[in-house]
Amino acid sequence: MMNKKTLFESLQQQGVTRRGFMKYCTALTSLMALPPSMIPIVANALESAKRPSVIWLSFQECTGCAESLLRSHSPTVEGLIFDHISLDYQHTLQAAAGDAAEHAREQAMKEHYGKYLVVVDGSIPLADPGYSTIAGISNLDMLNETVAGAAAVIAVGTCSAYGGLPMADPNPTGAVSVSSLVKDKPVINVPGCPPIPTVITGVLAHYLTFGSIPELDDLGRPKVFYGQSIHDRCYRRPFYDKGLFAETFDDEGAKKGWCLYRLGCKGPMTYNACATLKWNQQTSWPVESGHGCLGCSEPNFWDAGSFYKALSIPDGDYAKAAGYAVATGVALGAAAGFANQKTKSSAVSQHTKVTVDDFDMNKDKK
Amino acid sequence: MEMFSNANDFLIWVRGDAFNIALFILIIGIFIRVMEIFLLGRKKDFSEPRGTEWGPGLKNIVSRSVVDSGTFKRAPFIVIVGYIWHICFFIVLLFFVPHIELINAMLGLQWPGLPSQLVDAATVIAIVSLIAMLWHRLTHPVLKFLSTYEDYLVWFVTFLPLLTGYIAFHRMIDPYPLALGLHIFSVELLMVVFPFTKLMHAITLFIARWYTGAMMGRKGIES
Repeated sequence: MMNKKTLFESLQQQGVTRRGFMKYCTALTSLMALPPSMIPIVANALESAKRPSVIWLSFQECTGCAESLLRSHSPTVEGLIFDHISLDYQHTLQAAAGDAAEHAREQAMKEHYGKYLVVVDGSIPLADPGYSTIAGISNLDMLNETVAGAAAVIAVGTCSAYGGLPMADPNPTGAVSVSSLVKDKPVINVPGCPPIPTVITGVLAHYLTFGSIPELDDLGRPKVFYGQSIHDRCYRRPFYDKGLFAETFDDEGAKKGWCLYRLGCKGPMTYNACATLKWNQQTSWPVESGHGCLGCSEPNFWDAGSFYKALSIPDGDYAKAAGYAVATGVALGAAAGFANQKTKSSAVSQHTKVTVDDFDMNKDKK
Repeated sequence: MEMFSNANDFLIWVRGDAFNIALFILIIGIFIRVMEIFLLGRKKDFSEPRGTEWGPGLKNIVSRSVVDSGTFKRAPFIVIVGYIWHICFFIVLLFFVPHIELINAMLGLQWPGLPSQLVDAATVIAIVSLIAMLWHRLTHPVLKFLSTYEDYLVWFVTFLPLLTGYIAFHRMIDPYPLALGLHIFSVELLMVVFPFTKLMHAITLFIARWYTGAMMGRKGIES
């Protein structure tokens, strides 16, 4: 099989120099928060790594995650690494369709049983399997069947990691995340809408280097990439601290690059690497382009209120709640007031006068 | 927290349903308390007025904020720490930009905020002054004797938003949605407790001071 070639050999064939490869290993090592002494180990591991078999399952998704990874403007080392894993099944990309494609998946599963990686993008509908099928197989069946022989599962994108857009209220398809279904295999969540390409390949590279999954946070995300919030690493943070905020998208503050908190930036609650890794070959990222963070790598980000409402503003229909409260308050206040008045007037009417004689201790004896 | 699958769910709940419930109780409570006061009214004063009511009433609302020397001599600690606490509390409440955003969204009022470091310093001073006041209450024999369960409850629900706010601002709890959620939730606790405790003084002080000033004004005396 094609899998015989090592990763470095196939990169060399693509014209990647030793220098370019080492630069990538250095960047990757620092990205994974490892000491510089680990660079040769990472390089060695990647050089000799056999191309792992990867089965990519696309469920209820928009293909944005795959696009994020594959439509880089120029081939990058991480792009090439992704090209040179053995992507044995990806029904969006592969030429074959239907039975032939399914056959490729089954063959990869059989050949690499217990060793292959499963990448999932998209959520899984549970309300009715008919909402999303591939070659007549429901997403749930295909997931269960494919994951059975997997070494690990990588949930790429917020839909597969947390349910994402399909799961947004009212969740018509009964969409769920991969981790809510897969309990007996390691699941690595790589959320984002879409995730940063470097993060996707970084997770793959970590697996190739160490043969294990990286350390994960409470939400199943690799800590090396999702350990810090956008807010903590944002280059606009000093403006937040100084109290300088853009109030519209084209005012003086916006032109001077002030903090976008008031315009609804969700950076403070969002854990992702956009502020450090950036997008499109480190060109820019949402906040740098003048738009607040949407919080796309967080669970339920679609249901977390308007993208353009500051994080400190309540999200419910509080005007309605306040209206009902005023009406109820006035009614109850009036009732309480009248009850008090009644108590007062009955106290007055029932008041009996006390005379000096009442205090005469010897009254009874008289 | 079985009802929340993650910290974001909790934050969504405190920013949504929980806030509406707290606001609902707060407004109803305030209306009941204030209407009770006004509907009960005051005894008719049959004496001939020697002065006006409104002017002295309004003036008294302001002038009573100035400490009188007798009170200061009797309880200097409470006066000084009380002033520090209230000033710092209002700086934090009214001049932290995320708070201004909240007020602007709900009432349509807006003013410039202060740099976060200043607000942060005010928060620390407010926290320290609240702790000092609790310590004073617990060590002063008379004050301790007079203190009820309500006094400690009121202290607690006032202290909590400051503490959680400080924690959220400095991101001392991970993940941040939990820290922010706890802060907002503690404020909602304060909103629910507010109308039914001494915290109502924030509203009734205006009524009380006006009545005092108006009564004195009618009698023709300085208040």
